[in-house]
Amino acid sequence: MIVDTHADFIVAAYAITAFIVTMLIAWVALDYAAQRRMLGSLEDHGVKRRSQRPGGTP
Amino acid sequence: MAVIELANPTRFLRLADRLLPWLACATAVTLAYGLFQAVQAPDDYQQGATVKIMFLHVPAAWLSMVGWAIMTVAALGTLVWRHPLADVAARAAAPTGAGFTLICLITGSLWGRPTWGTYWVWDARLTSELVLFLLYLGVLALYWTAEDPGRGARAAAILSLVGAVDLPIVKFSVDWWNSLHQGESIFRAGGPVIDPSILWPLAVMAVAFLLLFVTLHLAAMRNEILRRRVRTMQILEAQRAGA
Repeated sequence: MIVDTHADFIVAAYAITAFIVTMLIAWVALDYAAQRRMLGSLEDHGVKRRSQRPGGTP
Repeated sequence: MAVIELANPTRFLRLADRLLPWLACATAVTLAYGLFQAVQAPDDYQQGATVKIMFLHVPAAWLSMVGWAIMTVAALGTLVWRHPLADVAARAAAPTGAGFTLICLITGSLWGRPTWGTYWVWDARLTSELVLFLLYLGVLALYWTAEDPGRGARAAAILSLVGAVDLPIVKFSVDWWNSLHQGESIFRAGGPVIDPSILWPLAVMAVAFLLLFVTLHLAAMRNEILRRRVRTMQILEAQRAGA
């Protein structure tokens, strides 16, 4: 238990850190979903990268 | 698998897909254990419970420098070998590094008020860390505003190399100049001066933050490779539509 005259500072430090880390995780997760969605949409339109065509290298 | 083979984006994506769930689990477990240890840690005889801010501040400070070090090495890969994965690594490290630098600055400020009596002083350690944060913002601005991604990557790589000068200043500022910030107390000749009851939670939190950084960096690299694929396919689609 944090029983201290400066408990506000400690709680604020942990809360702000949690907020920034959550933002970083959300940024990575949402960006991944967006890129996957766009790739899927392009593939549905029949667009293929050179490596996906016959004879292409991975 | 040879390291050079990972330089192939498709192989890298396969490896990242396999590693990321394990890294995320390891991060969550280590972070939970570290936070438990941080709560259980005794108060410092001088600083009281505010020493608990150290468990966030110190690992974030280390990773703010690790992020820029990754970008510096990657900048060499971009400028010298022109390897596309080097730029991917640099671009993915910038937002994460900026995030940890911001955590370092804010937690340091919140720790400074009860211990020093002020949120901020323009001393060498604090100022050089603020400069590092501004450098991160500069690199991000170059990436986000460049019309030609290749030109933006080269400009960001040059700024990364120039900005690397700030790393030794951040690290050794407390030795080179008189500072309100405390001197080196962990990585020093003669061993750490912190009591093991506080050093152990700090070590666990440092490992947890490192795992979090690696997980975010790998995931951001995966996103960046996918973004480049999307861009290539959009160009191909536009060419097909124009033909």
